[in-house]
Amino acid sequence: MTKNQESGMTKMKPWISLGGIGVLAVLLLAVAPLVLSDHWLNNLGKYSCWAIAAVGIGLAWGRGGMLVMGQGVFFALGAYSMAMHLTLETAGDRVPGFMVLYDPLAPLPMFWEPFRSTGFTLLAIVLLPVVVAGALGYALFKRRVKGAYFAILTQALAVALATLISSTIRETGGDTGLSDFKYFFGFVLNDPANRLMVYLIAAGLLIVCLLAVWQFYRSRFGELLVATRDAEERVRFLGYDPANVKLVAFVVSALMASIGGAMFVPIVGIITPAEIGAAASILMIAGVALGGRASLFGPALGAMAVGWGQSSLGSTWPDGWPYVLGLLFIVVILFLPYGLSSLPARFAALRRRPPKEQPAPAPAPAELEEVHS
Amino acid sequence: MTGASLVVTDLRVEFSGFVAVGGVSFDAHPGEVRFLIGPNGAGKTTCIDAITGLTKATGSARHGDQELLGRPVHKIVRLGVGRTFQTASVFDELTVLQNLDIAAGRHRSSFSLLRARRGVDPSIEHALEETGLTGELTTPAGILSHGQKQWLEIAMLLVQDAKVLLLDEPVAGMSQDERTATGELLQRIAAKRIVLVVEHDMDFMRRFATRVTVLHQGQVLSQGTVAEVQADPKVQEVYLGTAGAATTAAMAVVLEKEG
Ligand SMILES: Nc1ncnc2c1ncn2[C@@H]1O[C@H](COP(=O)(O)OP(=O)(O)O)[C@@H](O)[C@H]1O
Ligand SMILES: [Mg+2]
Repeated sequence: MTKNQESGMTKMKPWISLGGIGVLAVLLLAVAPLVLSDHWLNNLGKYSCWAIAAVGIGLAWGRGGMLVMGQGVFFALGAYSMAMHLTLETAGDRVPGFMVLYDPLAPLPMFWEPFRSTGFTLLAIVLLPVVVAGALGYALFKRRVKGAYFAILTQALAVALATLISSTIRETGGDTGLSDFKYFFGFVLNDPANRLMVYLIAAGLLIVCLLAVWQFYRSRFGELLVATRDAEERVRFLGYDPANVKLVAFVVSALMASIGGAMFVPIVGIITPAEIGAAASILMIAGVALGGRASLFGPALGAMAVGWGQSSLGSTWPDGWPYVLGLLFIVVILFLPYGLSSLPARFAALRRRPPKEQPAPAPAPAELEEVHS
Repeated sequence: MTGASLVVTDLRVEFSGFVAVGGVSFDAHPGEVRFLIGPNGAGKTTCIDAITGLTKATGSARHGDQELLGRPVHKIVRLGVGRTFQTASVFDELTVLQNLDIAAGRHRSSFSLLRARRGVDPSIEHALEETGLTGELTTPAGILSHGQKQWLEIAMLLVQDAKVLLLDEPVAGMSQDERTATGELLQRIAAKRIVLVVEHDMDFMRRFATRVTVLHQGQVLSQGTVAEVQADPKVQEVYLGTAGAATTAAMAVVLEKEG
């Protein structure tokens, strides 16, 4: 197997990957609701939200080389936009729940008002991350901030935002977060049928995001992005501004994080700074690294696996789970730098290893196998 | 003489006090294979870096009526000035076709970037034929031979439709046959473009140069045809005197042959 394949520039027929997305769609949208209990379906919905953010990280980090360590920021933009709307919808004319606890007589903070509107909320979920990531990315990429500096900076932003939310309990609910949502755009969230609908929306959005990156990866932009990742200066000398190339990938990844965050709220029922801070941001990265950052399915499946570990092992064995995750992480980084999704390709290469070093081994379809791994 | 010329006037580059290029002037016209030679550290690469916007410089470098100095790298490229690097720098993970396709891309709309490629651009086919890489269309660039990588770089400049090609030691590490092929390629593409070659290899220079500028310690030492430059006592002094051993030996051979 050439290095090409593991790092994402596969010569794979894109239609095989498309078939893989189809299989995943059937599993998530048709099979899962039939076989899973409400509890586990809800969990799967939660993992899907992380997976949506992870797909974006795969685009920005795996293909674009930008180690986005603070996706929690954009996750938060979507999540809090949604949570504010659902909080207001639940409260109706009364004082919102988080204010009752603290200061029921205070007026509603100014910036909450527009989130009464459904249209504004949906627009905010889409436009806020685009504007924030656009401005941030423009400032950073034009100044050629990259590598560790970029990673640390984005991470610091996630820490700062989490701290800000923690310290503004009157305006944002602080560490307690926002919770107890009764309605989701008019649908009663207690109703199992509506909960199924919310799950289907989240899973459906994950499929849409996968389709979007599938098209990105097979497009000329995808090739340009990989070229920018591997040799930014060279791209400049072909007449492109690499800052713009990276900006597009960064903004799209922020948008996906925001969408993931927005769906997280009605599914999980609570959003707190802990879900968007440094640890949460790193957990998103961890899933992507485990799954395989440059592959199509690796980030989503990795994020789901980590999410599953978090809620099973993490709750039955909370002391041990971080170590398990850490160990897994180290093993993967050491032995499978392109994540678990490069495993089938590795095996295939081992089986058909040519007797002597040969220049170009034929590529093998690996991405479909990932779906089952 | 067709098309605009490249005119460099009083080019100066300083690295925190050290003058790497100290007031260099030369010009290059379409139709000639222009050489920039000189011992190691003479400032040849720095000249190219300055013209292409990689390094800050004073003076002037004009292509036609466009001043190049002071513009960002990608804008200079869009004015039709392309370059290669001393170490071949192609996108190793992409195929030859993908490399060329990206190079051809600056003429495309941003929207068309979002579509997958269908077929091979005629400009790419043409560049492949010109550089003899037609058979390597789907080969990852990383596993090309050293010579092929240099040709791919030149092919990328062709599909980019560069009017000025600045080539930094394009035949370094090539076999004799590959050098000949490269020299002939340069002569062909120079017909309609400005080709400026930075070179160490005197034999290659002698065979393919139309005009030569010799740099030494950031200054122009001599300028003219191959014969004129080789007859210049200042050049002989630098190459036979104190300059780098490898270059000295190479130049000595050339001088002997010339008589
Ligand atoms: N970025 C830099 N910083 C400091 N000195 C440099 C830099 N680039 C080149 N130089 C110096 O400038 C001089 C000319 O270098 P260069 O243009 O690479 O020479 P060459 O003619 O071999 O291509 C050398 O003495 C080199 O050490
Ligand atoms: Mg040099």
